[in-house]
Formats: sequence, C-alpha cells, structure tokens
Amino acid sequence: MSSSTSAKQAAPASTRAKPANKAEAAADYLDGRLGIYSLAKANLRKIFPDHWSFMLGEICLYTFIIIILTGVYLTLFFKPSMGEVVYNGSYAPLNGIKMSEAYASTLNISFEVRGGLLIRQIHHWAAIVFVAAMFVHMMRVFFTGAFRKPREINWIFGFLLLFLGFFDGFLGYSLPDDLLSGTGIRFMEGAILAVPLVGTYISFFLFGGEFPGTDIVPRFFTIHVLLIPGVMLGLLVAHLILVFYHKHTQWAGPGRTEKNVVGMPLMPVYMAKAGGFFFLVFGIIAAMSAIASVNPVWAYGPYRPDQVSTDAQPDWYMGFAEGLIRVMPGWEVRAWGHTLNLGVFIPLMLFPLVLVAIAVYPFIESWITGDKREHHILDRPRNAPVRTALGAAWISLYLVLLSGGGNDLIATHFHLSLNDITYFVRVGSFVVPVIVYIVTKRWCLGLQRRDKEKVLHGRETGVIKRLPHGEFIEVHAQLPQERLHTLTSHEQYEPVELPAETDENGVARKVGLVTKTRAKLSEGMFGEGSQIPKPTVEEHQEITSGHGHH
Amino acid sequence: MSHDMSDDKLPQAHDASDAHGDVAVTDNPFADPGLPAHQPRRTDIDERAAKRAERQVSLMFLVSMLATVGFIASYVAIDPDKIVYIFPLGHISALNFALGMTLGVALFCIGAGAVHWARTLMSDVELPAERHPIEADDEVRADVIEQFKTGAAESGFGRRKMIRNTLIGSMALVPLSGVVLLRDLGPLPEKKLDVTAWNEATPAAPIRLVNMNTDEPLKAEDVAVGSLTFAKPGPSASRPAGLQESDEDFQQAIAKDALMLIRIQPDDIKDANSKALGFEGVLAYSKICTHVGCPISLYEQQTHHALCPCHQSTFDLSDGARVIFGPAGHPLPQLKITTDASGYLIATQGFNAPVGPSFWERSA
Ligand code: FES
Repeated sequence: MSSSTSAKQAAPASTRAKPANKAEAAADYLDGRLGIYSLAKANLRKIFPDHWSFMLGEICLYTFIIIILTGVYLTLFFKPSMGEVVYNGSYAPLNGIKMSEAYASTLNISFEVRGGLLIRQIHHWAAIVFVAAMFVHMMRVFFTGAFRKPREINWIFGFLLLFLGFFDGFLGYSLPDDLLSGTGIRFMEGAILAVPLVGTYISFFLFGGEFPGTDIVPRFFTIHVLLIPGVMLGLLVAHLILVFYHKHTQWAGPGRTEKNVVGMPLMPVYMAKAGGFFFLVFGIIAAMSAIASVNPVWAYGPYRPDQVSTDAQPDWYMGFAEGLIRVMPGWEVRAWGHTLNLGVFIPLMLFPLVLVAIAVYPFIESWITGDKREHHILDRPRNAPVRTALGAAWISLYLVLLSGGGNDLIATHFHLSLNDITYFVRVGSFVVPVIVYIVTKRWCLGLQRRDKEKVLHGRETGVIKRLPHGEFIEVHAQLPQERLHTLTSHEQYEPVELPAETDENGVARKVGLVTKTRAKLSEGMFGEGSQIPKPTVEEHQEITSGHGHH
Repeated sequence: MSHDMSDDKLPQAHDASDAHGDVAVTDNPFADPGLPAHQPRRTDIDERAAKRAERQVSLMFLVSMLATVGFIASYVAIDPDKIVYIFPLGHISALNFALGMTLGVALFCIGAGAVHWARTLMSDVELPAERHPIEADDEVRADVIEQFKTGAAESGFGRRKMIRNTLIGSMALVPLSGVVLLRDLGPLPEKKLDVTAWNEATPAAPIRLVNMNTDEPLKAEDVAVGSLTFAKPGPSASRPAGLQESDEDFQQAIAKDALMLIRIQPDDIKDANSKALGFEGVLAYSKICTHVGCPISLYEQQTHHALCPCHQSTFDLSDGARVIFGPAGHPLPQLKITTDASGYLIATQGFNAPVGPSFWERSA
C-alpha cells in the first residue's frame, strides 16, 4: 500500500482534462513545451479587414518566398567562378567559345538541367514582380496615409526592403557574366571611379585589382545569396511582426472606428484566402516563365570588355538611375591635377536621394501637422490633396527619368530623335513634376467638391421631372446614412497659426525660423485652396428641411 | 519651437459613437449608423448551390493533382533539346513550356480552390475587434523609467565619467579593425589606371597594331575609308606573342588596350593635333568610352561621329574625338601612330590621355 502511494507522488497526474482525440493530444504536447495555447488564444481568430489593395503586400511576401526557393535550387547548379572554360554543351552557337565558369554553368542550367531554365525564369520573373509589387504596395500605403503613427517605423522597414531589393536585383543580374551583365558591372566601376578621393581605391578593393579581374562574380555571389537576403529576411520578419501588432488599417465606413478593426477572422477565412493567394501568385509566375522569356543570356554571349550589345538595358527598376546618368551633361572639373567627374557623380548621389525623399515623408508630415495621435482609418487620397499631389509628382519624375533610361528604345520604336528625347528629359525632370503636382491637387479638390455636393444635394438619379410651372429638373436622391457617414467622417486639419506678435504682457515674442517654416508648410497643406471644407450637419439640415430643395 | 500651438488646430476626434452596432438615434445625419446587417450569399441559403461550390473547389484540387502528374511525366518524357512551335510564342523549348504550364496549373488550382472555398462556403460575417493603444499608460511608463534609473544608478555609469568616456572611445574605435581587414581585398591603384600596354612602346621598340578579328598586323591600306577597324597591341617585350585571348589577364588588358581605327580624308580632319597623331588620315582612338567605360561600337561614316550604345555619348572623330552629345566629360584618348619599314602600323608611345572613365587622380 505504501509503495503505491509513493509511486503516485512521484508522478502526479496532470490536472488537465483528457484530450478528446489525437490532434488535441498533439496540441497538448506542444503546449507543454512551447506554450502554443496562449500564443494562439489571441491570434487564431484575429480580425483582418478585407480590401483588394491589401493583397499588394501579400504579393511582395509571396514573391520573396518564391525567389528564395528558386534561388536555393539555382545555387545547387551555378558555379560562381571566373575560371575560364571552353564551352562544350548543347547550345551549339557558343560551342568552342571561351567563357567563365559562371556563364558556362548558367548555360548549363538553361539547356542541360531539366527544368533549370524554368527555375531560372521563375527566379528572374519573381524578382521583377517583387520589386514592382513593393513599389505599388508602398504607393498604396503612401496615398492612403497608412504610414502615419504608429506605423512610421514600418514604413522605414518597407523602404529599406525596397532599396535592398533594387540592389540585390542588380547583383543577381550581374552574376551570369554574360555580355549584358558585364556591361552593367562596367557601369558600376565607372560610377565608383567618379567618387572623389576614394573612388579608385574602392574600385580596386571591390574588383580585387583592375576591372574586371576574376574576383567580382564570387564576391557578388556571396553578397547576393547570403548577405542581402539575410538582412532582408530580418527586415521582413520585423515588418510582419509590426503589421500583426498594429493590426491592419481600414477604410472609413459604418461601424468602423479608430478603436476597432472590422473584417474576417484569421482562421479560417483569411488563412484560406491568403494561403490560396500564395499558390495563385506562384502559379501565375510559373506560367509566365513558361511562355515569356526574360534575360536570355545565351543570346548575348560571354562578357568581353571590348564588346557590347546594342540594347544594353538594365532591369526596369534600375531604369531611373540609368536615366539620370544618360541625361546628365558631361560636367568635369579639372584642377590641381585632379578630376571631379560631376557628370557621373551627381547622378550617383541623386539616385538614393530620390528614394530617400519618400522614406522621410512620414516624419515631415507629422511634424507639420503636429499630430501625435494614432491613425488606423485610411485617408481617401482626394482628402489629402497635397500629399496625393506630391506622390503623383514623385511618380512622374520617376517615369520621366525611366523614359530617359530607355531613350534608345523609345527612339527606335517611335522613330523619334534620340537627342530630342534626352533634351526633353533634361527639361522635363524639372517641369513635369510641377505640372503633375498642380493638376493632381486640382483634381483632388474637384473630387472633394463633388463629394460635398453629393452629401448636401443627394445623388443624381437620372430621372427628369417636370414641375407644374413647366420647369424640368433632375431628381436627386438623398444618400443613405451609411454613405453620408462615410463621406463626412474624414478629418480636416486647420493650418497652424503663428502665435501673436506679442504675448499677454505686450512683450514681443520671438518666433523662430523653424516655427515660421512649419506654419508656412502647414498653410500650404491645409490652408484655403488646399482643401474644401466638408459639409456640416447644419448645412445639410438647412438644405434638406428648407424649401428650394428639389 | 512650440508644439502646443497647434493642438487646438487638430481636427476633432471622431464622433464618440464607437459603440458599433448601435444605430445612432441622434438627429445627426452624418453619425455612424453602426455595422450593416449581414447579407446572406446564395450558398448560405441554398444547399444545392453550396454543394455545387463544394464540387467546384474539389475539381480545382483534382486538376492540380493531374497537373503535378503531368509535370513529372513531362520531366521524364520530354527531351531537353526539343524545340516546338507554339503560336503566338514562336519556337520555344518544349520542356520548359510543359514544365512551366503544368507547374503553373498545379499551383494556381490549389490557390483558386482555396480562395473559392473561402469566398463561397466559409462564413463571410464581418466581425469587429477592439484595438488597444500601442502606448503604455502613464503608470507603466513611470514604473519603467524608475526601474531604468535604478539600474543606471547602480551601474554608476553617470557618476564614473572616466569609465564612460573610455568605453565610448573604445566602442567607437573597435569597428575600425573591420575596415582595416578589408584592405587586402585588392591591390592599391597606384598609377595603374594611367598606363596601358601601349605605354611600353618606344621609337626603338614600337608595338604593331594587330587586327582584332584576323590577328594579323595592320597596314595603313587595310583601313578603309568609312569603316571602323578594331585593333589590339601586337608583340612587345612583356608579351612576346602579342595580346592573345588565351592570356590569363586578357579581360583586364583588353578593357584598356582596345583600339578603333578609322580613316578620314586628311583635309577633313579639323583638329591639327589629332591629324598629327594619325598617319595619312588613319586615326587610332581608344575604344573605351570616357563616360563609364562601355566599348564604342557605332560609327557614322558621313559625319565621322562615333556613338556609345550605353548612354549615347557621341564623339566627333574628325575633331579630336570631341564630345558633341551625351554625358561623357572628355574626348577619347588618341594613340600616335606611324608605319615601320615594312609598312605596318605601329605605335611608338602611349595614349595622349588615360583611357576609360574619369577618376579623381586623373590629371590630363
Ligand atoms: S559609357 Fe559611353 S556613354 Fe556612358
């Protein structure tokens, strides 16, 4: 008897109820080690709002996963070496030609490894879609004001991902050591040499001596497959943790406030939709890779510094850097035995600045508004005309520079003079964004006016009525309360005013330059001419109850 | 800078009616009426429609299975070298097409099935969830700051200034080791960018110009008016066989030594200096663009303009290769050429300027 009690003491039964089935038992096991129940409690039925534009971020995530999966496959076959070999494979036109192992193994992946060409194409296509999706996703966040507190840091994470994505794309493009990629690396060498003081040193250290040397492909390989993807993975996880923690933003609408989030639960709807969407994206990219060839390196031949193919074009996302370098006049300053190559150095500096302009925007805006509150309801782009116009102007600058980067293609396709396009881009980079800014802002204000009209006078029904005294009118229908609420719930800032010249005691106040600038900017953003005051309840009542309403 | 000055300019916070679901019974027509009632879908009320949706979803998963089988079958059966004609794609690799399409269908159908399932059969009732402010309340804030202060005081970090300052100094300096370690990535530039293989040439030991394509030394009459001829250095003291593709450093050498030869009627040459560097109208310019270093390959015989395909810098070869358009900052370097006793073109000194893109130390 005593022995049985002591056995019981040694292994007391768990107080937990018996699991109903194997799955519950397995979950219990994991909970005892990982604490999964507490983790899942808050998240299993976590609410995700639904809007088509939220899938843009998902595309970024899924293409990133596809890039990693296919990238790992490619590393199994690719030889990142500049060792020289004579090609002897199934692509007859290049047989007997000397090339680097990197290029030869790329040909091998494309022609001998079964499915290798497909994976290469998926890798490249996914990279193109990845950068494009990051761009559009970022625009979505920008134009809806989703970057405002508490999400500014996540905006920066996203920006860094875009920047690194650009860079890793360029490095990946350079690895096969074909004629086109070699030309891209030469471009990079020229750009580095243009850096004053240390340019030649950086170039010699990067290339392990004179251009092109034999070190560059293995070095780029390590950076392309290990360093940058590692950093990006970390940023991505941080980005997603913050998305999860902040919860999604949502559009204004009935029942939606700053203090709630309305949508479908993670399990099952969101899981099925998001999980399914991954396969949709992967499937489409696989099909694209089957029918549309991208970067057919075998057509270019191996790299030789004294040869070039005529349509030397980088991937589109590098196109605006290419545009900057093409339209820049060839300014060179020579003094005291030194050369300052401004024609290359200025574009080299402008390239990141055009991007950083977007990165710092959230901080500038919050400084101007002085708003320290959290925002979870999205702005309709029309309700923030200055922000929307700035974004549109930035995009137009990007497109103008991109067309500068493709000036040779535009010239041959549309039979235009190449020089004219370049001159246009030189002027256009300054003029077009200004025009786009003005047009967009006016357009937004027009839309605001139309919203106001709708709220006050109702919606046009298309029904024409004849009044007893003979006049024809169109019948306007009152909007339902849901619409009225949605159209009037947005916030409107008032411009900051400078404090009075003198304080209560009549002593002159010192107003600093910073305060003055801020007041000016705030006036520009929210002053008269930058927003249409939204309709008030009184206005609405007066019109709906009064006479003369038709 | 006063922050408070704008506080009263902030918009009013939303109507207090965040008790969603309540229909606002105010006389405010703009008030939030709360979440709209759920509208049932066809599949919610019609069991036959629901069954049909179920079959559609399963069908998509089934198609996916078949496509995967098709993928494996294609992998095994199709010869990698097989080319097929498919309208409108043209001649493409059969294997790549079959693998990509089957993989695409297999993946797409899983996704389409899952999304269709979620849209038709899973609940589409929208639910609200509360948000909680990200910021901690004042009590937590005060508590944490208090704890931090205690910790900081116990460390004596603020009090022992000498420790603090030397710690900051050592932390600032230690990353320098990492930078220094990068030094052996490559040799120092020294004067390497200023010299090419042609610098070895002297009147006593000239270097012949060798045709890039035929590997034969060039005579002046080999260079036709209106055509572009590419050349490389012939035998020299350090490279007795001349520059060969099989040379280990061929890529580095050709990146600087490549020449382009043109012939212009001597009277048409505008720049006297440039004319003197040539031989009976044959001019030898560096083939490497002075912008960022692309090889120049397009020549217009009417105007004697050479165009770089990378960023369209245009050089007037009849006028000392002056830049007449585009982003390049200085003319193409020219090589002084003449002929030897047997009539072959030779160089007796290096280029008149460093070749390739500009760099800080470049003095010419
Ligand atoms: S490299 Fe020739 S124009 Fe840029």
